Amino acid sequence: MSTITENTQGKCLLEVSNLSVAYGKVDALMNFNMRVNEGQIVSVVGPNGAGKTTLLSAIMGVLASKGDVEFDGSVEQCPPIERMVVRGLGLVPEKRELFSSMSIEDNLMLGGFQRYRHGDRSLNETLDEVYNIFPRLKERRIQEAGTLSGGERQMLAVGRALMAKPKLLMLDEPSLGLAPLITREIFKIIDQLRGQGVSILLVEQNARAALKLADYAYVLEMGELSMQGTGQDLVEDPRIIESYLGINSKHQDILSI
Amino acid sequence: MDLDIALILGQDGITSGAIYALLALCILLVFTVTRILLIPLGEFSVFGALTLASIQAGTPSRIVWLLVVFFAFQLILDLYAGFRNKTPFHLRSHILWAIYIGLVVGAMYFLPLASLPMLIQVLLALAVITPLGPQIYRLFFQPLVAAKSLVLLIVSIAVHVALVGIGLLVFGPDGAQTQPFSDAVYQWGNLAVNSQTLYIIAAFFSMILVLWYFFGKTLYGKALRATAVNRVGAQLMGISPIFAGKITFAMAAFMGAFAGILIAPITTLYYDSGFIISLKGFVGAIIGGLASFPVAAAGSVAVGIIEAFSMFWASDYKEIIVFTLIIPFLLWKSLTSRHIEEDHE
Amino acid sequence: MKSKYLFVGFAALMALSPLILPAYQVTLLNYIGLNALVVLGLVLLTGVGGMTSFGQAALVGIGAYSTAYLTVTEQLPQFLMWTGGSPWAGLLLGIVLTVISAFLVGGLTLKLSGHYLPLGTIAWGISLYYFFSTIESLGGHSGISNIPSISIASYALDTSNKMFYLIWLILFVAIILTKNILNSREGRAIRALKGGQVMAESMGVNTFRSKMVVFVISSVFASISGWLYAHNQSFINPTPFGLQMGIDYLFMALLGGVGSIWGAIFGAGIFTMLRQWLQDLMPVIFGNDGQYETIVFGLMIVLLMQKAPSGLWPMLVKLVPPRFKANDLHTELTEPTQALPAGDLPPKGTLILEAKNVTKKFGGLVANNNMNLKIHAGEILALIGPNGAGKSTMFNQLSGVDVPTSGEVIFLGEKINGMLSREIAKKGLSRTFQHVKILPEMTVLENVVIGAHLRGKKGVWASLFRLDREEENNLLNEAKFQLERVGLGDYLYTEAGNLALGQQRILEIARALCAHPSLLLLDEPAAGLRLKEKQALAELLMKLKAEGMATLLVEHDMDFVMNLVDHVVVMEFGEKIAEGLPEDIQKNEAVLEAYLGGAA
Repeated sequence: MSTITENTQGKCLLEVSNLSVAYGKVDALMNFNMRVNEGQIVSVVGPNGAGKTTLLSAIMGVLASKGDVEFDGSVEQCPPIERMVVRGLGLVPEKRELFSSMSIEDNLMLGGFQRYRHGDRSLNETLDEVYNIFPRLKERRIQEAGTLSGGERQMLAVGRALMAKPKLLMLDEPSLGLAPLITREIFKIIDQLRGQGVSILLVEQNARAALKLADYAYVLEMGELSMQGTGQDLVEDPRIIESYLGINSKHQDILSI
Repeated sequence: MDLDIALILGQDGITSGAIYALLALCILLVFTVTRILLIPLGEFSVFGALTLASIQAGTPSRIVWLLVVFFAFQLILDLYAGFRNKTPFHLRSHILWAIYIGLVVGAMYFLPLASLPMLIQVLLALAVITPLGPQIYRLFFQPLVAAKSLVLLIVSIAVHVALVGIGLLVFGPDGAQTQPFSDAVYQWGNLAVNSQTLYIIAAFFSMILVLWYFFGKTLYGKALRATAVNRVGAQLMGISPIFAGKITFAMAAFMGAFAGILIAPITTLYYDSGFIISLKGFVGAIIGGLASFPVAAAGSVAVGIIEAFSMFWASDYKEIIVFTLIIPFLLWKSLTSRHIEEDHE
Repeated sequence: MKSKYLFVGFAALMALSPLILPAYQVTLLNYIGLNALVVLGLVLLTGVGGMTSFGQAALVGIGAYSTAYLTVTEQLPQFLMWTGGSPWAGLLLGIVLTVISAFLVGGLTLKLSGHYLPLGTIAWGISLYYFFSTIESLGGHSGISNIPSISIASYALDTSNKMFYLIWLILFVAIILTKNILNSREGRAIRALKGGQVMAESMGVNTFRSKMVVFVISSVFASISGWLYAHNQSFINPTPFGLQMGIDYLFMALLGGVGSIWGAIFGAGIFTMLRQWLQDLMPVIFGNDGQYETIVFGLMIVLLMQKAPSGLWPMLVKLVPPRFKANDLHTELTEPTQALPAGDLPPKGTLILEAKNVTKKFGGLVANNNMNLKIHAGEILALIGPNGAGKSTMFNQLSGVDVPTSGEVIFLGEKINGMLSREIAKKGLSRTFQHVKILPEMTVLENVVIGAHLRGKKGVWASLFRLDREEENNLLNEAKFQLERVGLGDYLYTEAGNLALGQQRILEIARALCAHPSLLLLDEPAAGLRLKEKQALAELLMKLKAEGMATLLVEHDMDFVMNLVDHVVVMEFGEKIAEGLPEDIQKNEAVLEAYLGGAA
């Protein structure tokens, strides 16, 4: 099973080199290297506490970091979040961060705020596109975001991020707390988005779904890269189970997942 | 106490209450969006009033030079940041500011101030004071955008202290009153309703209407609400807290100055009258739990009315009564919260 | 250099000043001393306790007016006749009135979140100022004059020089008392107020009471300052007791450094001298007599907050050569006189904690759904599950941080859901935190001994006058014992913030052990630890289990958990999906599905 392939197909959109993040004395992420190319879905999987959310936060500028993050051709040391958004990077964070007391439509329209501020007045068209992808949101457009179910909140969070027409959309554990049926729906939509030209960086604990979808994938363990390869290769690799459930887990009989 | 006196006091109470409510609105706005308690709000009111008085007297107000001084510091700090931290330096916006300030200074010194129509005089005063808001935010609060709320409160108080001194420097120790908007007095039964009172109430409701539209229907207004509801979420939408802060402070400076201009014909204001007035706005805001405007507005009007009646019955104790009004609310809040607050933020 | 020598040296220097300096400087030093006394209280209140008050000036006013009224009024009311108008009675009256006010105001505002306290203090500060200005018997705006001097025996302190000694003597005594209380059981509870309240409550500390203690002490200092001021001036009016002065006191504290005792004196000194200098300078620059120094002070404070929020004193201390720095800041431990009260642990196998159908809803979201589990003495149980499963929420229901929507949590036969965490701590439940909650500037020993808070009894008075030394020694020895037990015996006097994360987690366990609990709740104890640290932790937990401790841990690290625990409970979507021995769990289909995900 070859896991030494590098992610070199296509034009590079995001390149992370030697990224390290420390919380006080704890090294949350150490010398991480990664690449996302245009039109790809790249997945980063790993057990809880591996550093996946830290990775996304560092790329977005929410956390301070050492190393280089080159997005769409330019490198800037610790830029404020707002600037990354303007440059075309979108993040759907683990906690969703919706505006609970505001309506679905308001939440979505705010997603396009940066475009509006820079003179783009075609937000309504984008809104219709988002409603096409998530018809359930359209039904509930005037409802307050705080009253939505888990799955609907996730859809709203993704839809809101799409309103900005990002070049690269980063999703932090989209399946978190969602029932398997809804998770399947969300992943189908993520697949669709790739078809529509959105590049995606997907961070997930749900390894199987994330790997099946990915063009390329990285496995994070304890802040360090432990494996990388195409999604196809990794989903069949037994070492994935080890990294999740411990070395002593007897996994022979369950290889046939 | 007969009905006539009660009506007069009631009118006084509602008049001041409406002003306090406007100020409470400013305080709530600034607090929810930026977590800053805008103690210097009173100074905006007083500066607005005294600038108008100066214009009406035909003397160019030296307050415009404060705009210039602040702008100079702003320029220096922005250039330094651009050089040191490589934050982009927005040349266009600085040029626009410079032009605006130039126009305002020019208007102050070259227009025939005393003979301008009242509306233009008011607009000029507002045009001078409003930009002080974002300037003050940029110079004093922007570097502290992630600071703990206690630090923000201390800086707020320090800015207030400094502004009072600046007020003395610019406007002198004498108080001033401006000309009323109109001399009309209306009879309503036995009560002589002052037209200024009507202006104040009309202004209050118009402001509510404008703000309702702004926050409810425009994307910029929604962006400010979003910052208040979820700061991180707003940042992820590209709404920076600094941007929100500047807009909010501009609105607060405008409304504060406007409130000052509204009461200037009725009361004599001095360079240091701002604090007590804004504190009464704070009482209203606290009654609203620092969150709900309708309750804060109702509370502010109640404060105004109680103050008016206390003035009649026990004028010496007027201030004590007003400030101890907060105590029942603090007590109520105290009894209904079980949570141990951590000082993190 | 021993801190005692530094202190005595400074005291001696001050004692000589009136003999060398001209009258003007002595007067200035008197003002500095008076201000420093109030600022000292503010350092305690704001710097240590984290509570901002703008009302200290009003409290000074209470002290001043009480004594002025008592000593000047010719016809005192019946119940005050016995005092004979003595200044010392004035001191007592002032303190009594101030303490009552502190209780009233503190009771109202100290329970509130951050902003209400300062706003509340502004409100009553202003009210009191107007009160002083309007009451006829207090002289209204013109105040009270002809206040007699203080006499000790029959020696009247009627000159600046004589008052100097009284003022600075009282200030030094106040400093000593403040240091005493901060280095005690009460003091640690107070020091935990800033940034450690949740942790302190879980160790049994009544944080509200601690806040009141600090508030009252600072108000007493203010009152005494007012008393000294009144008799020094022999004339008072309301002006120095208004909000402006209240703001000034805070500025003094900030200038010096709101967290340090000596910063209080330094800040008071700098501010007072600077103001004097500016008041002389400004009229020269501006040509008239306005109070322009406020502009300078306002801008200075803003700059300070932006660049050096901890004040100037800490910066100054850094410049002092090490030879002159105090190096004996730790209490020396001696042999303990007796063991601390400690009940026996329940015998192995006893049911310690039981969760019965615990459900927690947040609005429409069901975070925990009918969760059941049992923990017995001498057992280690692990609660595991993927991200978002509801483990932390469950942990909070069990530890008392949160209240279940329905269901019961029963500890040693007693229902504990809904109890305050400090009440639960009294029952014998102790915990650690997912994000380590320690006080980084205190030593390891001091951090750990907070865990023994409930096993000590000495309160405020004992701490002030150092009557608690024996109990304190016993408490510290217990902490030392626990630290040696967990393997951190070499780090007793290290600043807790300097430890590695793994060591800090073990510190938290030592702290929890100091409470002599029967159940230990550990929240992700292995998170962020290196392999060796995890091994040490596992050994410690095994040792405790052998001694009969019941342990519940929430964890993600499978290797760590599977090799250590007796029993595993797996959660997903707020519910228990599997339970049993570690080996069985690792083979369980449902568990694998939960972690690795279904085929999507």
